[in-house]
Amino acid sequence: MKLRSILAGAAIAALVIAAIAAGTLLVTRTFMPKGGFAALVGGPFVMTAHDGRRITDKDLAGKPFAIFFGFTQCPDVCPTTMLEVANMMERLGADADRMRFLFVTVDPERDTPDLLRDYLSSFDKRIVGLYGSKEETERIVKAYRVFYERVSTKESYTINHTATMFLMDHRGRLAKTLAFGEDEGSRIAKLREVIALARQSGG
Amino acid sequence: MPAGGGLDNAPFDPISFKDFGDDMKSNLSKFAAAALVCLATTAVEAADYTLGSLKISTPWSRATPAAAKVAGGFMVIENSGKESDFLVGGSLVRSGRVEIHEMAVVNDIMKMRELPEGLEIKPGATITLKPGGYHVMFMELKEPLAEGDKVEGTLIFKKAGTVKVSYEVRPRGAKGGGHGGHGGHGGKH
Repeated sequence: MKLRSILAGAAIAALVIAAIAAGTLLVTRTFMPKGGFAALVGGPFVMTAHDGRRITDKDLAGKPFAIFFGFTQCPDVCPTTMLEVANMMERLGADADRMRFLFVTVDPERDTPDLLRDYLSSFDKRIVGLYGSKEETERIVKAYRVFYERVSTKESYTINHTATMFLMDHRGRLAKTLAFGEDEGSRIAKLREVIALARQSGG
Repeated sequence: MPAGGGLDNAPFDPISFKDFGDDMKSNLSKFAAAALVCLATTAVEAADYTLGSLKISTPWSRATPAAAKVAGGFMVIENSGKESDFLVGGSLVRSGRVEIHEMAVVNDIMKMRELPEGLEIKPGATITLKPGGYHVMFMELKEPLAEGDKVEGTLIFKKAGTVKVSYEVRPRGAKGGGHGGHGGHGGKH
């Protein structure tokens, strides 16, 4: 009798474990995209570049790119990051042209392509500003898993937003992230890595 | 210039009559050096302001990118009084209006908020307004801030009232700390 109930208990336990394992596998198969978490960042978008050209994710294929989300009325993180980008481009020398650098405005209400052009040209003319309608902005923000929210101030508003820069490889897949305040040497090493990877695969 | 200060601080060798005439040039250059030190001292002190029991040291800002409509104002505020005071506002000649903000990067997200009650400076406290933290935010900039500019403005405290200050514009990317603006590579123009 005792042995029977132990066996029954063990059988139930085994069934439960098997069910959990199967469930986990199913959930993972269903929700985890091929290529793991890296594949969660990036994807299709259509935006307007600061020179008025329409630009999509397909136009970026073949070259690695660094993408940052911000706005021009941002007093600290955005200009600091763009200054760091300009400094990195200078250090990369000719290799900087083997990459693209993108600044996406999360403030389409106040930023315009012209404003982005003027703003970014004071860092490096090769940084491309991306502007979109509210819907287009929403789409690219979602694709890159970026957080942003409008915060009211007495007379206007400011925007909280992700301060991390995404480094995408030549296939448009997330390769690295560059944190705000990360050491320049470490950031440069990451850029060189994706440039080298693209070069190896004939990019 | 502090009382009793002045030339006491200058590397001013007493001119001995024995030397006098031997090397007039040397003495003249010593005098010039002393005068320069004196001027420099004045310049440093011009960046410190006292308002009641509040001391505001070296207000500074950063050169702005083209088309930028905002800039941050930074400084150190010391309260040697017995009660709290609040930095509630201010002005800048080149800016439409000014807000008092707190900024932080939390979990990779840049968060900024206006301090509706102002920035509290408790008795005995020293608060540093710096990039990445508390700052005076200049909104609606009418013209850019260029490195080396001195820009006039005011700071308004709830209890102590208003004080005129001059912001020294440091290079883009300056991180603060110390006088004269270090840090930042300047980037391309």
